[in-house]
Amino acid sequence: MSSAGRQILRPYGDRRDDGVVQLSFTFPIPLSEKAREAAAQFVRKMGFSDVKVAAAEPAADNYTFFVVYARSTVQLDYAEIHAPELVVRKLGFDQLNASIEKEIGRRVVVFGACTGTDTHTVGIDAILNMKGYAGDYGLERYPWFEVYNLGSQVPNQELIRRAREKGADAILVSQVVTQRDVHVENTRQFIDAAQRSGICGRMLLLLGGPRVDHRLALDLGFDAGFGPGTKPSDVANFIVHSLLKRAGKEPKGLHYQGEPQ
Amino acid sequence: MPGPFVDDTQIEFARELARETTRPVLDLIRRHTTVSIERTVLRLFGISGAGSGGVPLANVMVDRLHQAGVLNRGAAYWYGRAFQLGARSPGEAADRLIAVPLQKLPALTPEVEARMREEVRAEARASVEDLRRRIKVRDSLRDELGMPTPPHKYVIVATGNIHDDVDQARAAAQAGADVIAVIRSTAQSLLDYVPHGATTEGYGGTYATQENFRIMREALDLESRKLGRYVQLTNYSSGLCMAEIAFCAAFERLDMLLNDAMYGILFRDINMRRTFIDQYFSRRICALAGVIINTGEDNYITTADAYDSAHTVIASQFINESFAKAAGLRDWQLGLGHSYEIDPARPETLLLELSQAMLVRRCFPDAPLKYMPPTKHKQTDIFFSHAYDVMADLVAIWTRQGIQLLGMMTEAMHTPLLADRYVALKAASYIHRAARGLDREFEVREDGKISERARAVFHAAIDLLEECRQGGLIAAIGKGRFGDVKRSELAGKGLEGVLEKSPDYFNPLLEILEAI
Repeated sequence: MSSAGRQILRPYGDRRDDGVVQLSFTFPIPLSEKAREAAAQFVRKMGFSDVKVAAAEPAADNYTFFVVYARSTVQLDYAEIHAPELVVRKLGFDQLNASIEKEIGRRVVVFGACTGTDTHTVGIDAILNMKGYAGDYGLERYPWFEVYNLGSQVPNQELIRRAREKGADAILVSQVVTQRDVHVENTRQFIDAAQRSGICGRMLLLLGGPRVDHRLALDLGFDAGFGPGTKPSDVANFIVHSLLKRAGKEPKGLHYQGEPQ
Repeated sequence: MPGPFVDDTQIEFARELARETTRPVLDLIRRHTTVSIERTVLRLFGISGAGSGGVPLANVMVDRLHQAGVLNRGAAYWYGRAFQLGARSPGEAADRLIAVPLQKLPALTPEVEARMREEVRAEARASVEDLRRRIKVRDSLRDELGMPTPPHKYVIVATGNIHDDVDQARAAAQAGADVIAVIRSTAQSLLDYVPHGATTEGYGGTYATQENFRIMREALDLESRKLGRYVQLTNYSSGLCMAEIAFCAAFERLDMLLNDAMYGILFRDINMRRTFIDQYFSRRICALAGVIINTGEDNYITTADAYDSAHTVIASQFINESFAKAAGLRDWQLGLGHSYEIDPARPETLLLELSQAMLVRRCFPDAPLKYMPPTKHKQTDIFFSHAYDVMADLVAIWTRQGIQLLGMMTEAMHTPLLADRYVALKAASYIHRAARGLDREFEVREDGKISERARAVFHAAIDLLEECRQGGLIAAIGKGRFGDVKRSELAGKGLEGVLEKSPDYFNPLLEILEAI
């Protein structure tokens, strides 16, 4: 690529390319001048310059909390960054229902659960419940979706068994508790069970949760991953577009707004 | 005092409806016991150890009695019989009960049986006296060091390792926390036993065990002395072991417990009968031990919409209060739960949240109340999230909440970092300091939006309570009236642990608790 095509990218503090970054962290040591100096050196060691320790406060007797501003000398060529982001379209509530009716001709069956030992239904409820999330209707509200929300602490095998009984089009697995990566372990078990039962490639397997991203989900063997800020309509669009792609009714390379990346 | 919003007679009417709603459930409670209650009785007699594989001895004994079909006479009866058979210690009693074919034991003569019961009663009385002495130790330390004016700032630790929890709890106390909650390991509520000993592995939290309670309370006693103010400790008396956890907590001098009459049914799919029966006994223990209960109505408006379902919180609080009073709890022990959860994208949410918090305060003027921060609409933009939490701090001090759980700016991401707690405590301390007395400076106009909303919510709550009284509480839960969750009477976990008491059922602990 020619230098003319380069797009230099650095953080914007209050002036273009000033490279200003804010950091905050805690050291397990009491507050002192030495602690403050240690924080400054730590940030310099990370490659920052113009380090300003804005706040050093005793979070407890033996812990000091820092807020630091510094400049980064790192720069990127934005032209070199690649991420699939072809925003094509996202169908609204009525359009999506109409599309299922016309193109698929039957209700799309979706199963969802918070599997394993996780008791938190907040994520799966936000996506599936009638009410939805942030003003965006949940999948239960769509007349052309048939939704089974099995709640929390559902064994992986149980979710798969019940989804197969109803011939589900998609399974949504929600994982909220992430301590010691328990969500990764449990979802691996889910994928193992899914592979054994032969549903991979036939049903859409979607993963969601606060520490989930699309890449992690793909690595684990899911068809997509949905992280924080996902709206029910994002999931609804993904399911319908994927089904249409599988049926050859939409081009494979099609992307739309809200699709996990 | 906020309001009035509604007449005193209307509030008294709501209370009466709740009493009539809980009455038939209390009849069910009186006729039944559960494996968890019977294990609690054995724990009172000092059977708190664990056998091979870590199974608590109380479970081994109660399971044995249950399998033999004789548990309906009460574990205390069989404990007495074990001594008749020559046992000389609680441990030996356990061995006898496990070894002897219980069904084949001949009936005792009335005189011998009466004497045996008196002996077991005397032992129960002595054990309860011991328990009271332990509670007095807690109360005198609390009196000696004192506690700050409410709202008491409540934060959570959840490392999974009790020793790491101690470090984080001490740090939080130093940063200004008044109450430390040790979150339980995920799914502990579904275990039909209380794990044994100190634990260092847990997911999403730390197992509630008697030893973990002891370790944390001891650490907080030391920290309280160092800080010159008493720091309270709370845990969770919910799930399948409500009564046992209440007993272990009372024994280890905990100050509060999460304890709700319906939470397990709705949010953990625990059987209705099991929950109703267990909550009564657990609350009797809380009444004896001066433990403040925290109820879970805030959860309703995380599954249902906080604006549309605000009245379900009020109705449930009256029901929870009625159950609590029937179990001997007093107003100062009722940390009735509610929260700041209305979608912040709506207009006028501060008015709506003030209205709700003022209405709760108006209905329950002498209860401490437990105010929860926003969770459902939390954002991963921590700067917005922090501002959002601060609004809840303002409502808490304005409406004189007794116990305030502090929101964490990383709520939507991970278990709180040490610094997240510090930042939350610093902000809440500032808001409480800055706005104390605000409620006495401003009167809420009776013809304004806050009052209008409070009246509408209150009247919807009355309608729901009417429905509960007429159709029964069980039917109302079946229709998903609370938290949008539907449950039926014979479904859910733990029903197999519910038993009808035999006519000669014997439970000296219950006798003592009900005589207080």
